Formats: sequence, C-alpha cells, structure tokens
Amino acid sequence: MVIIPPALMTEFFETIRDVPVIRYALLAGIVASPIFGVVGTFVVTRRIGYIAAAIAHSILGGIGAAIYFNRAHDITWLTPMLGAIFASIISALVIGWVSLKFREREDTIISAIWAGGMAVGLLFLFHTPGKGVNLESYIFGNILLTSKSDVIATCVLGAIVLIVVGLFYHKLVAVCFDEEFVRLRDVSSAFYYLLLLVLTGICMVLLVRVAGIVLSLALIILPAATACRFARRMWAIMLTAIGLSMIYNAGGLIVSYQLDQPTGPFIVVSASAVYGLSFFYRRLK
Amino acid sequence: MNVVSCSNLSFGYGKARVLDNVSFEVAEGESLAIIGPNGGGKSTLLKLLLGLETPESGTLEVLGNPAGRSRRKLGYVPQAMRYDPHYPISTLDIVLMGRLDRLGVGLFSKKCRAVAEEALSSVHLGGFEKRPFSSLSGGERQRVMIARALACEPEMLLLDEPTANIDLSVEEQFIETLAALRQSMTILLVTHDLELVSELGDSVLCVNRRIHRHALPLSGDTIREIYSGSRRVEHDRQTRHRHGDHSACAHD
Repeated sequence: MVIIPPALMTEFFETIRDVPVIRYALLAGIVASPIFGVVGTFVVTRRIGYIAAAIAHSILGGIGAAIYFNRAHDITWLTPMLGAIFASIISALVIGWVSLKFREREDTIISAIWAGGMAVGLLFLFHTPGKGVNLESYIFGNILLTSKSDVIATCVLGAIVLIVVGLFYHKLVAVCFDEEFVRLRDVSSAFYYLLLLVLTGICMVLLVRVAGIVLSLALIILPAATACRFARRMWAIMLTAIGLSMIYNAGGLIVSYQLDQPTGPFIVVSASAVYGLSFFYRRLK
Repeated sequence: MNVVSCSNLSFGYGKARVLDNVSFEVAEGESLAIIGPNGGGKSTLLKLLLGLETPESGTLEVLGNPAGRSRRKLGYVPQAMRYDPHYPISTLDIVLMGRLDRLGVGLFSKKCRAVAEEALSSVHLGGFEKRPFSSLSGGERQRVMIARALACEPEMLLLDEPTANIDLSVEEQFIETLAALRQSMTILLVTHDLELVSELGDSVLCVNRRIHRHALPLSGDTIREIYSGSRRVEHDRQTRHRHGDHSACAHD
C-alpha cells in the first residue's frame, strides 16, 4: 500500500488550489464517478462489456471527424467532445439494432464497428490540416488535459444520464433481467435496451478523457465488477461502484501525481489490482 | 366460454414448419397440460399465445382478441434457464416487474407494491421481499416467477416447463401452489413432467407439429406414441429433406 507523507499531501492540496488543470481533473473524476458506477453496474450485470468496448473505440471516428471539419471547414462549434458524443450514440444505436435483429451476426458487426470507427477517425486525422493532433491523449487518455468546459460538460451529461436512469430504473433493470417478460407488459424492450446502450455510449465518452479509448473499458467494468463481489442488490452495487470510482479517480490522481506516474494507466492498474484481490478474498471466504 | 380459439394455424421458422394447420380450443377455468417431444412446437405454441410470434396462417384468439392484444391479461412463467439466477435483484423487485406499464416512470406506486406483496404471499413467500433472488433455492425462484405472473393480475396463467431443474421435494410445494391457483384461473402448462400433468391437468394437448387433445389419465400406449413420434418426425423430416419435399405433414 502506498503511504503518502503528510508534507506531500499538503503540497498536493496547494497544487489543487493553485493549478486549475489539477483542480479540473479532480473535479471531473469525482463528478463523473456516479455515472461510471451506475452505468457500469448495468454493463456488468447485463454482460455487455464488449459492446461498451466497441463504442469506446468507435468514438475516435467522431473525434477525428470533428477535428477535421473544425479545422478544414472552420466549423468551430463542432468540438471533439461533440463529435465523440455523436459517434457514441450512432454506434450504440447501430450495435443495439444489430444485436436485436441479427443476433447470430452480432459479434461480427460489433467487431466491424469497433475497428471501422477507429479507422475512420485515423483517416480524418491524417487529412486534417494544421499542426498534428495529440492522438495519444485520446487513445491512452490524459486527465490532466481536462478543461473547465470539460467539467461543465461532464456535469451536464452526468445529470442527463442520472435523471434518465432515475426515471426508467425499473424498466432498465427488467430489460437486463428478462427482455421477453418486459415485452409481455407492452413495454418496448428494444427501446430500453437501445437507451441503455446510448447511456453506455455517453459514459464511454467521459471515460475516454480520463483513461483513453484503450483503457476506458477497465474503468466502467472494474468498479462495478468489484462491487458485485460484495453486494447482491443493484442499488448496493451501484453505490459501492460509485464509491470505488471516486476513490480510483481522486486517489489515483493524487497518488500518480505524487509518484510522477501517468494517471490513466495508474488508475486502471490500481482498479485491476483491487478487483483481483476481491476475487481472491471471496474465494478464500 | 372459450378463452383460447385456434383455427387452422400454421407457423414455422424459415422453411422449417413447426406447427402445421392446428386447431384447438381452451375453455375458461380449464387446466390444460401441453406435452410433446422436444422440437414438437410446445414452446412455440406458447409464444404464439403470448403474441411474441405471429401465425403464418390461420387465426388465434386469446381472451376474445387476436393473440398479442390480450397479453397484459396473461401471466407468464418462463423456463428457469431463460433468466440469470444470480442477477443482483431483490425478490420484490422481480415481482414488481409484473406491474410494469408503458407509461410508468420513477418509483412503483403503493398499490403496485401491495399487489406484488400479495402475490408473494399467495405463493407462500411472504417475508421474502428483501431477500436477494440469488440466495433462493430453485423451487423458491420458480415460485417468485409465479408471483411475478400473478402480480399482472392475469385471467390466464401460462407456464413453460416450470419444474425443469428443480428437485422432487421442492416440486411438491410447487404443485401445491399451482393446485391452489387452478381454482381461480385458466392454466396452460407446458411440461415433460407426467406427474405434474396427472396432478394438475384436466386434459392434455399433445403437440408435435399437429395437435391432439387427450383425456386424462394417459394410457401407456398413448405416452409411448407421443414421445416415440419425435424420432419418427425427425426421420420423416430427414427423408423429405433428402427428397427435396418440405410440404408433407407430421406423422399423424
């Protein structure tokens, strides 16, 4: 376990006070944690981690397109974040539709969207005029690039996700448990399944900023998967996953800053280690 | 009065004909067991009754309406393998699924919770409301599924192999629960369990692409005929496939 000396903690809090980038990164991580915990619980219990991963990778297509049109055609309102949200929603709807209509070909189509989305993004970035784009920050993430507008966007998206989940919680849970029965109640299971995937897509957009496309899956899966080892009710898993997300995001930022480690990978390694320990703890118990 | 009227119904998946020109009726209050070999069309018939599948031809009316329009008045208990027994959810939350409706948002009303609690009590699981579903035995889980169906306040109960994967001691409790329900509503029960058929059925529908109704008790010859039919039908299908003929009927 890493013990941080009090002097270093004092230094860190002074950094938070004086350096806006760190302050925004910490705020974004804490504000996004409830979304990661809530949506992650649905992703883990419905076992759609591979769909979440495909959406995360396809986001690069939206980011690349947004940067290209922003620079090449001077469409200034089209930010990378907006492009990412647009791409995540489109991929979520396409994947959802395919998995509902052509279940036997689901994995093939998901793989195509996974790789195709990334390829489209790379092509757009290749043709983008001006100085090179910091591709690494999207693929591997860099929470220290978080701006004030990112924090505001996270708050807005988070509020939307949590309100939607609050309104339709019982239907989303029912669709995850037994789609057929939901249809028998004249409730559209397809609509709520697609809604769940769209919420997952929005969550992945927020995660890409923290951990990047490659590592984002870990941050939606691991807190909820760890929580599942200890809790047996949805709300209990969600609360535990939210707590773990906050600890990983805030604690990971603090410790990685003090140890001069890259934040995203540090958080993912810590979360993986805790999940591994929880697995063995339950086995030993 | 008939609660189910089926006339000249045919249905298939792609080119494979599952039900071929079948007709039958179910009277109100009747307890009907649906038996037949694997792949004979029992579960498909249930899906057609629930409106989850649409007939290719023929008519199927349930509770006076085309199948599907009355499904909110039906209680359905799926096979145990259709749901995840380790899903992290409370017993009451599962039963409350029976109170879902298209426009409902937010929390369930007090009335819905009362109906769900009443449904749990009626299957002798009062006090189990907060228990995690994953902590229940196989028989208790199936009774929770019956409670969920009852929470729909159904006029007819449809059960798809409800005793599969539960042990004999639990099956006795399950039969008691269904026997009590039999007094108050029409029950359609898909099963391979002939003991369940004799305990609960008024009569039997044998489904194997065609449908025949038999009175109870079933004779040994009838049972042998029903279940040996599956091998004959498969043999017939393979023979017809080799000869490129997909139009012929079942063994009967």
